[in-house]
Amino acid sequence: MNELLSKYPQEIQQILAKYPPAFKRSAVMPLLYLAQREPGYVPRQALNDIAEILDISTTDVASIVGFYTLYYDRPAGRYHIQVCNDLPCALRGADQFLRELCERLGIEEGGTTPDGLFTVEAVKCLAACHRAPMFQVQGDGEIVYHENQTVELAMAWIEEVRAKAAAGQEAQP
Amino acid sequence: MSEHVLLRHRDIPNIDRLDVYLAHGGFEAFKKVVTQQQPADVINEVKNSGLRGRGGAGFPTGLKWSFLPTNLWPHYVVCNADESEPGTFKDREILESNPFQFLEGLMIASYGVGANLSYVYLRGEFWQVAARLDEKISELEQAGLLGENLFGTPYSLRLRTHLGAGAYICGEETALLESLEGKLGQPRLRPPFPAVVGLYGKPTLINNVETLTNLPPIFQKGAAWYKSLGTEKSPGVKIFSLSGCVNKPGNYELPLGTTFRELIFTHGGGLADGRSVKAIMPAGASSSIIHVNADSLLDTPMDYESVAAIGSQLGSASVIVLDDTVNMAWLVSKTVNFFKHESCGKCTPCREGTFWMNRLAGRIAAGKASAEDVTLLDSVAKQIAGKCLCALGEFSVMAVTTGIKQFRQDFDGKVNETRSEETVPQEAMG
Repeated sequence: MNELLSKYPQEIQQILAKYPPAFKRSAVMPLLYLAQREPGYVPRQALNDIAEILDISTTDVASIVGFYTLYYDRPAGRYHIQVCNDLPCALRGADQFLRELCERLGIEEGGTTPDGLFTVEAVKCLAACHRAPMFQVQGDGEIVYHENQTVELAMAWIEEVRAKAAAGQEAQP
Repeated sequence: MSEHVLLRHRDIPNIDRLDVYLAHGGFEAFKKVVTQQQPADVINEVKNSGLRGRGGAGFPTGLKWSFLPTNLWPHYVVCNADESEPGTFKDREILESNPFQFLEGLMIASYGVGANLSYVYLRGEFWQVAARLDEKISELEQAGLLGENLFGTPYSLRLRTHLGAGAYICGEETALLESLEGKLGQPRLRPPFPAVVGLYGKPTLINNVETLTNLPPIFQKGAAWYKSLGTEKSPGVKIFSLSGCVNKPGNYELPLGTTFRELIFTHGGGLADGRSVKAIMPAGASSSIIHVNADSLLDTPMDYESVAAIGSQLGSASVIVLDDTVNMAWLVSKTVNFFKHESCGKCTPCREGTFWMNRLAGRIAAGKASAEDVTLLDSVAKQIAGKCLCALGEFSVMAVTTGIKQFRQDFDGKVNETRSEETVPQEAMG
């Protein structure tokens, strides 16, 4: 029983159609993004499912998860706040921004807020050096850039997301 | 300011819409080459333009195209949109704001080398950009500009996007191919080169986003026009990504050969009051650092030859400006940490070397090092240089060796900081 295939039959066909049939292994990266979309990380079962779809070993699939930074092998915050603190961003105050953001959230870099919503991570260059401090938010299967940031702007966005999450929970029975 | 060649969205609003792009001569060049020219003519035109690769290496583009053997098929074109060098953010602007000119360039390149299926490999962080590019590609299919038997000729072409997932190394072209094939993004041993054994073992052309975006204007206005821009050996225009200690960081499209002074002061708004240029990294974190110890160095033209002549590299022209407040030992700890994180682990000098450089540089920057640590860092860097499988390892030592050589006092100052704060006697540590 291939859970991934039965959950996203159409999307998986679309992904496979991008590559020559003899080289369907190419689809491993888009399939991992698909598997990660809802849970926020790649569950063990999905490794088996992808391996089966592509006729490769589960170990091969797991090695891809381990190699690339945008795949997660365990649950964390629903939203990954990924702050670039490479050289050009650091010259525009990114280190201080990251430190203060973590202080305001009461977590260490790499940690997750108690509500389970946010994990803050220092990451490498995101091609936005002229608009630092900046971060990207990875979550809900998307990646969104937040540029020209201050801690105040970032906190305002965080509170907005918290309010939405709280409203969403109340709406559920 | 004359009109932009690449950043045309700054002159023409909504050029990211197909109707607007078409109204401004869009896809005329592609139609012309497919209906009127042989692939060999297309390659010759690119050679005549003098265009050189904008991803960093500066290799002559037409020559690169001509390396694909015509007795081995199929051919693929893969666009390198994995823009990840700290300090580079030019391709992203093109992809976001002038996507059709980029796609037309990719289509001309595909026809030029006879590819019927081409890929755009984007870094995973460009998720939104890729989604928009997919929409643009569908529009082109609906408009009959992509698909089977284009303009009634036997030529067919399909384009596909592919997202990476956060790995600088995938900007290295053979690592990019491995990644696109669904494997770890680790460089291949060369030869064979991708022009002969590339994607899926077939001849493959890999070009950068900015390189390809130059093609539609070259085919509309002619190679001679393009060659009239820039310098004799580095013709054309270049997007300079300016960042660091300047008032107006951003992308500036200028002729190759424009001086550092013009970029930093005329366009970049200069430095903060009272600050001066201490150093420049013209090729992002991978640069040999230029020590601006004479004002005249700012008059160096930014072309491949002139920047090499003062001991550095133009690379992808990601110009990071460092003012007199920046400590070079700190700077080196930043660049080395980047390369340590991004080392793919395949070859030993890079994997182990960047690990140890990171330990040493971090210790020095934190003021917890001895004078011998600076010498050791320099020594480790020199043991990495020239021994790596790909350029990443070589790049990792550039800032280290040129930093220590030219700014030894910054490193020694950090060591002295250690001494003055030291509470444990030296003997106790031995």
